[in-house]
Amino acid sequence: MSVELATLNGQQADRTARADSPLAIRGMTVSYGQKPAVFSVDMTIRSGAMTAIIGPNGAGKSTLLKAALGILTPLAGTVTVLGKSVAQMRDHIAYVPQRASVDWDFPTRVIDVVMMGLYGQLGLLGRVRQTHRDQAMACLNRVGMADFATRQIGQLSGGQQQRVFLARSLVQAADLYLLDEPFAGVDAATETAIIGVLKGLRDAGKTVVVVHHDLSTVTDYFDDVFLINTQVIAQGSVATTFTQENLQTTYGGRLAGAQMDALSGTLG
Amino acid sequence: MSGAEFVPLSLTPMLIGIFVAMACALPGNFLLLRRQALIGDAISHVVLPGIVVAFLLSGAVAALPMLLGAAGAAVIAVAAIEGIRRVGRIEPGAAMGVVFTTMFAGGVLLLEISDTSDVHLDVEHALFGNLESLIWLDAFGWASLLDPEALAGLPVELPRMAATFVLVGAFVALFWRPLKISTFDEGFAQTIGMRTRPLGLALVVVSAIAAVAAFDAVGSIIVIAMFICPPAAARLMTNRLETQVAWSMVFAILAAVTGYVLAGYGPLWMGFDASVSAAGMIATMSGVILAIAAFAGPHRRSV
Repeated sequence: MSVELATLNGQQADRTARADSPLAIRGMTVSYGQKPAVFSVDMTIRSGAMTAIIGPNGAGKSTLLKAALGILTPLAGTVTVLGKSVAQMRDHIAYVPQRASVDWDFPTRVIDVVMMGLYGQLGLLGRVRQTHRDQAMACLNRVGMADFATRQIGQLSGGQQQRVFLARSLVQAADLYLLDEPFAGVDAATETAIIGVLKGLRDAGKTVVVVHHDLSTVTDYFDDVFLINTQVIAQGSVATTFTQENLQTTYGGRLAGAQMDALSGTLG
Repeated sequence: MSGAEFVPLSLTPMLIGIFVAMACALPGNFLLLRRQALIGDAISHVVLPGIVVAFLLSGAVAALPMLLGAAGAAVIAVAAIEGIRRVGRIEPGAAMGVVFTTMFAGGVLLLEISDTSDVHLDVEHALFGNLESLIWLDAFGWASLLDPEALAGLPVELPRMAATFVLVGAFVALFWRPLKISTFDEGFAQTIGMRTRPLGLALVVVSAIAAVAAFDAVGSIIVIAMFICPPAAARLMTNRLETQVAWSMVFAILAAVTGYVLAGYGPLWMGFDASVSAAGMIATMSGVILAIAAFAGPHRRSV
């Protein structure tokens, strides 16, 4: 086979991979000022899988997610969702930002935050009907927050706030869920509740992508990992990719030997 | 007080004060929650030189040239802030403070050296406006409200401020959901397809229109006060945005009415023989309302 033909075959294969993937990123570069936060990243998320995006602080995990969604404008790169643009597929995507990115003193109630997820259905002036309220309550119920529906959001604990954010994404009834550090600073009960809901989504055929920081739970929680430190280090199934060698490359010298030893039981 | 005295002398200034207060307080709710509350302050300072230049060029105190002048001044201010921030490597807050006060001071100097003696445009007018002089001489009592001939003599500021309030109200009502969602969580708002940057810009433009329209009638002090005080007091009364906006309207009306009445009659009751500036008293009353809410409001933040 000639080199040209091999290249053509490669391009064809990549086109097919992108058309099938619920989230495919090619050549993504994002920069704040001079230094790139994300450099020339390719990512192909597997449909119906739960993927963890892993890397040290400042590795560009959240930046990658935000640029993929169009919240940040990348210097370069393309993003496709099942072969189409993000703008075309908005109704199929649900995003859960970092909890700390909003002001929880905002004057609103738990149920109102969840109802924000129904904007796609309601539009500018659509009337809020009982069915909408029922949908929101059902989603609050799934995250165990139904009793808190009329509380002001500032009165909740961090874990409860995170569950409200998750409920808002559930009410969007999306196919692709992107969550930025949903387990950061939450209590054990919340972590259990959230992972239960996410696994339920995965089992229902949805695709879940999570920016994650706790290496010890990766093998329990996820099917695939995506290791990043500004550039892609490795991506694939947890069994083949979540290895000591790849983690050492991702974290450089920052991952202490003791941490590696603690992980060694869980590593693939 | 009889209608024959109240309607021609007090009704129109009071109504204008009410519309000014509501038109500024309404977008102020969102500016406050977006931590942009000082934009009202900024706009009302920056517009002064723009309005003076517009007057010098057009030779008349008319709405359209003044609005254009104010808009031009706002653009220059934004460019100057950005320039100072980049060249001087100064934090944005400091750059803003320098630009606003400098432009306002420049406007004051421009006023002093230009001949504006035959129109209502001077330093005092810029600060306090001329609310008390916006009287309705064609009215003879409550019946004049139904008399087309008398209504034709209404001071032009009244329909202008009423229209401004309707415009601001229509903007907030139409974009209520995007304003609420993007103010709370801008990143999420973008992922559901909201164009948050144009919306944020539209909010500032609508606020600027309210500020410029109000500036003409009541001066800058009341504009600054009304963007911040009623919404801030309202926030302490409730934990729901819908209720907060309603309270802010109540407080805006309350400040305008009590401020106007106290300015006109308060000094007389206390034995002085002259009244004080209505704009100054309305702004003071909005501060008093905020102080009361800060001590007694049911939803003060526990620090």
